[in-house]
Amino acid sequence: MEHEAPLYENAFGISWLDFNLSNVFMLLITAIIVFILGVVASRNLQRKPKGLQNFMEWVVDFVKGIIGSNMDWKTGKQFLPLGLTLLTFIFVANILGVITMVSVNHDLWWKSPTSDPGITLSLAAMVIILTNYYGVKMNGVKEYGKGFFKPLPFLFPFKIIEEFANTLTLGLRLFGNIYAGEILLGLLAGMITSGVGGAIGGFLPMMAWQGFSLFIGAIQAFIFTMLTMVYMAHKLSHDH
Amino acid sequence: MLDSSILVLGAGGFHLNIGDMLASLIIFVVLLALLKKFAWGPLMGIMIEREQHIANEIDTAEKNRSEAERLAKEAQEQIKATRQDAQEIIENAKQTAKSQEQSIITAARQEAERIKESARQEIEQEKDKAIQALQDQVASLSVRIASKVIEKELSEKDQEKLINEYIKEVGEER
Repeated sequence: MEHEAPLYENAFGISWLDFNLSNVFMLLITAIIVFILGVVASRNLQRKPKGLQNFMEWVVDFVKGIIGSNMDWKTGKQFLPLGLTLLTFIFVANILGVITMVSVNHDLWWKSPTSDPGITLSLAAMVIILTNYYGVKMNGVKEYGKGFFKPLPFLFPFKIIEEFANTLTLGLRLFGNIYAGEILLGLLAGMITSGVGGAIGGFLPMMAWQGFSLFIGAIQAFIFTMLTMVYMAHKLSHDH
Repeated sequence: MLDSSILVLGAGGFHLNIGDMLASLIIFVVLLALLKKFAWGPLMGIMIEREQHIANEIDTAEKNRSEAERLAKEAQEQIKATRQDAQEIIENAKQTAKSQEQSIITAARQEAERIKESARQEIEQEKDKAIQALQDQVASLSVRIASKVIEKELSEKDQEKLINEYIKEVGEER
């Protein structure tokens, strides 16, 4: 793990605007893969689905189930595209780092974009901001404001903290899982490339950990989507 | 003021790059918009359309089923009515045949009676005619027999006497 990040600092002459180009690169690749997947799946739509359309419809139904378990479908309908995009985007992002990792000139270029805390935290922050936005939009400012003083007024500071804690846990949970997976994958890869004995000894653990990482990637994508909907439902409900 | 290397996590050293954050948000939102337009929208559309189609099909099937049931009932009733009609027709035919048979028999009997009557009359007539003829012949026969008998019985004397009588009578008349 001696890889460096291909940093591009002070972009456009702005002192605080730094880019980790590999993150941007991988984010773009993830987005392109997800987009192509979605478009291919919905390119030749048929009433009697087959192949990829069938799979995508299963995904849609899956996200529908996630939303439906948190709020009634009438209010939850509008979050279906968000949930679907979150699930597919994060899943693909998680899987990308499991497939392989590429570094050029000691700069780590190919990895999961979700193994960067900044990206997961910004996604989490976006979700939390969206929940608050929809809380105001659906319940009105007054009702939304009251939500911070329920069930007891003195809990107000904790409610404020809760918002930030939610953001942190949501983002860092995803980051931690994926990053840990990548570290172990990197270590195993280093072990395999170290010699014949390492290759023999590291082969099986590598396979096992890759399988497990796939599982973790899927689970984390599901958890992220699920928690998004949980927070959303929490903000939208009137009696909390 | 927001130093990019504030947050250092572990030995690797993570830089919370504002640029990455902005990039991830922008990329995600653009992806969300694009997918909503090109993938989720059509996908959900076809799913809703299928749902409606299935609901319609169920409705149509239900309608067809009730229609078929109604038709079957109708057909059943028609069959029943037809059967009754057939029974009636057969009954009628039997009745007609019976009455016709009766009338034919009666007619035949009357005809026979008539023929018998006319035959009897004819016999009667023939009998009468025969009797008449017989009577005529009996009269002439008896005359002939009588004349023969008289011829034989009449003696010369008597004959003379008769002749004389006739002559006398004739003479007297003159």
